[in-house]
Amino acid sequence: MPRPHYVAAIDQGTTSSRCIVFDQAGHIISVAQREHRQIFPRPGWVEHDASEIWQAVQGVLAEAVSGAGLADDQIAALGITNQRETTVLWDRQTGVPVCPAIVWQDTRTDPLTRALAEHEGLFREKAGLPLATYFSGPKIRWLLDEHPGLRERAERGEVLFGTMDSWLLWNLTGRHLTDVTNASRTMLMNIHTLAWDDELLAALGVPRAMLPEIRPSAEVYGRTAGGVPVASALGDQQAALFGQTCFDPGETKSTYGSGSFLLMNTGHEPVFSKHGLLTTVGYQIGDGPATYALEGAIAVTGSLVQWLRDNLGLISSAAEIETLARTVDDNGGCYFVPAFSGLFAPHWRSDARGVIAGLTGFVNKGHIARAVLEATAWQTREVVDAMNADSGLDLTTLRADGGMTADNLLMQTLADVLDVPVIRPMVAETTALGAAYAAGLATGYWPDIDGLRANWHKAAEWRPAIDESVREQEYHNWKKAVARTLGWVEQ
Amino acid sequence: MGETIQSVERAAAILRLLASGPGRLGVAELARALGLPKGTLHGILRTLVHVGFVEQDGATGKYRLGATLLHLGSSYLDVNELRTRSINWADALAGRSRESAWIGTLHEGQVLVIHHVFRPDDSMQTLQVGTYLPPHASALGKVLLAHDPYGELPALPLRPHTKRTIVEPAALEAELDLVRTRGWAAETEELTEGEVAIAAPIKDSRGIVVGAIGIRGALERLAPDGPLHMEYVSYVRDAARAITRDLAR
Repeated sequence: MPRPHYVAAIDQGTTSSRCIVFDQAGHIISVAQREHRQIFPRPGWVEHDASEIWQAVQGVLAEAVSGAGLADDQIAALGITNQRETTVLWDRQTGVPVCPAIVWQDTRTDPLTRALAEHEGLFREKAGLPLATYFSGPKIRWLLDEHPGLRERAERGEVLFGTMDSWLLWNLTGRHLTDVTNASRTMLMNIHTLAWDDELLAALGVPRAMLPEIRPSAEVYGRTAGGVPVASALGDQQAALFGQTCFDPGETKSTYGSGSFLLMNTGHEPVFSKHGLLTTVGYQIGDGPATYALEGAIAVTGSLVQWLRDNLGLISSAAEIETLARTVDDNGGCYFVPAFSGLFAPHWRSDARGVIAGLTGFVNKGHIARAVLEATAWQTREVVDAMNADSGLDLTTLRADGGMTADNLLMQTLADVLDVPVIRPMVAETTALGAAYAAGLATGYWPDIDGLRANWHKAAEWRPAIDESVREQEYHNWKKAVARTLGWVEQ
Repeated sequence: MGETIQSVERAAAILRLLASGPGRLGVAELARALGLPKGTLHGILRTLVHVGFVEQDGATGKYRLGATLLHLGSSYLDVNELRTRSINWADALAGRSRESAWIGTLHEGQVLVIHHVFRPDDSMQTLQVGTYLPPHASALGKVLLAHDPYGELPALPLRPHTKRTIVEPAALEAELDLVRTRGWAAETEELTEGEVAIAAPIKDSRGIVVGAIGIRGALERLAPDGPLHMEYVSYVRDAARAITRDLAR
C-alpha cells in the first residue's frame, strides 16, 4: 500500500511560528508551535531576531513532520505564510542578519513618513497604499539612514532586504525571492505591473540591488535540504482569503484576532478605494493573472476583550465576555469605540482616542460587555460599507475565522448589524490552510481550485434576526459615538 | 516534619481513592485498598458523609465523592470557555465522522447545547446552540447524568420521545452504570426515530466531568447493520480525550 502524502504549511506569525500538516481533505494531521521573543528597545519600537525565528521554523518543521512519524518524502509540498511588512536585512555572503528585524507594529518611522508626505499621491496611485509606518519601505529607509555604511553595501547588493517569506525562502532554498502578496506591502511594488517601480524606489531612497525577485504566490521556488518542494508564499491575511476559498470577486473573509482584517476578492483588476481601504494583491497562482483584493484593517477588536480582562479585571478569561454580555438583553444605551491608538479603516484618524459613550446610572458591567462585542461588529460594518461602495459589489455572506468566532453572541451580532448571514468554516486554521492549498496546487497535490472548494464546509451559520429600524437606530448611535473620538489628540 | 494527625491522613487517603476511581466503592473495597480495618473506616466515612465530602448510595451502600467536595475551591468552568477550548477538536470530530458534532452541559436538569458543528455536507442546517435536550433520552445527557456529582435522576416520570426512550428509572440506572463502565454513551432512536447518537465525557484537570461531546446522525450511516460502527465511537472518545488533555494544561 502506498504511504499517504500530505502538505505542510509554515505559519510564521508575529508571536510564534507554527507548522501544520494537512491531508487531502484539508484535515489537520499534526501541529507544532514555538514562540519567539518580542523585543521592545524603546516605546513604539518592536523588533524580532530573524535568526531566532529561523531556528524556531526549523524546529516546528521537524516536529510537525518527523515528530509526527512522517518521512520527508511523504510531504508533497511545503507552503509559507507569514506576518506581513516585518523587515529583515541580511548579509548576502554570510546569511546573517545585519540588524534586528523591524516588526510591522513598530512606529519609529512616524517622523519619516510625515517627511514623505509630498509623495502621498504617488504611493496611493502606484502602490495602492496610504503613507503609514505599517509598511516595509519606510522601515528599510530608516535602517539605511541610521546604520553607517549600510546604504553603500545595499547599493552593491551585499546586504539584502526581505519580508519574512523572503528570509525563510532564502534559508530553505538559497534563493532571494519574495511573493507578489508580500511585495505588495512594501510600498515599492507597482500594483499594476507587479514589478519594483523606479519612481517608488526613488521616493523612498531604497536601492534596487537589495530587493528580492518578485514571484507568483504558488510555484516551486526550490527544495529543502530534505528534498521537499517549497511551493507557496503568501502574507497571512491573503493566505486566510485563499484558505477560505474566496476565489470569486465579491467573496470576502474576515479574520478576528487582536485586530481584524477583512479582505474582499475584487478579481483581476486592482480597485482603488475612495473609502479608506487598501489595494493589495490577493494571490497569483503560477503563470495566471494576479487576483486583487481590497483590505480593511481594524486595529482593536479581540484586544478590547483582553483589555477588559487585563486592565479592568471584569472577566477572567476572554471567553467569559459572552457570559457577562448575556447577563443583560441589550447595551443599555452604551457604546464603546476602542480608538486606543487612533482609528484604522475606514477612518484613518490618528488623532482619535477611545470613548465609552451614552453612560447613565443604569449601565452595568453586562452592558459594557455587550458594547465591547458590538464594537467589533460595528467596526466590521463600517469596513463592509466601504467595501461595498468601492467595489460596487454587495456583500452577501461574511466568512469569519479566527479565535473570536468561538463567541456565538458576537457572531449573531455580526449577522444582525451586517444584515447578511455569517458563516464559520470547518477548519479554523485558514491561514496555514491557504498556504498549504497554494503549495499543493503548485505541485499537483490538488488538481485545481474547484477541488479546494469541495473541501470547504460550513461549520456554523448565524442569520440576521433584528428589525431594520433597530439596526439603523443602533448604527446611528454608533456613528455618534465615533464622532466623539475624533480630534481628541491635539497637535 | 512535625506531628501529624492520623485520622486526617486516613480521611485524605479515602478521598484520594474515591477520586481516582470512576464509580462507587464499598467499605470492603476501601478496607482492602487501604489496609485498614472496616471499623476504623466506618467512623471516618460517617464523618466525611456528615460534612458532605462523601456520599453514600442508598441502594448499594457504596461511597463516592460528595457534591460539596467537588464544588469546594473549584474554579467553575464557564460554558463559553469550554466552547473556546473545544472548538478545534469538535471541528475535527465532525470532519472525520462526516456527522454533526455537539457539546452539552447540564443546566437545571436539562442538557444545554453549548456548541454545534454542522454535518459537513453543506445541506441546510440550523444552529442549535442554546437549545435543550432531555437528559434521559440523549447520549450527551446520559454521559452527564452518569457523572453528575449530585447523582440525581431527572424528574419523574421520564417522558417517552419515541417507543425506544428509556422510561423505567431502574433501566436508566442500569444504562448509566453501563455508561460509567465503558466510558461512552449511545442513543439509538431514543430521541428521534431514525437517529442515533454517541457521546463521551470531557473532564477538567481534577477529573471532574464538565461536559459531554458527541455526534448525531442517521441510523443507516452510523449503524447500518444494527450495532453502532465502533470507528464512530473511537472518533468521539478521541475528541473527548483531546479536549480533556487540553483542559489539563
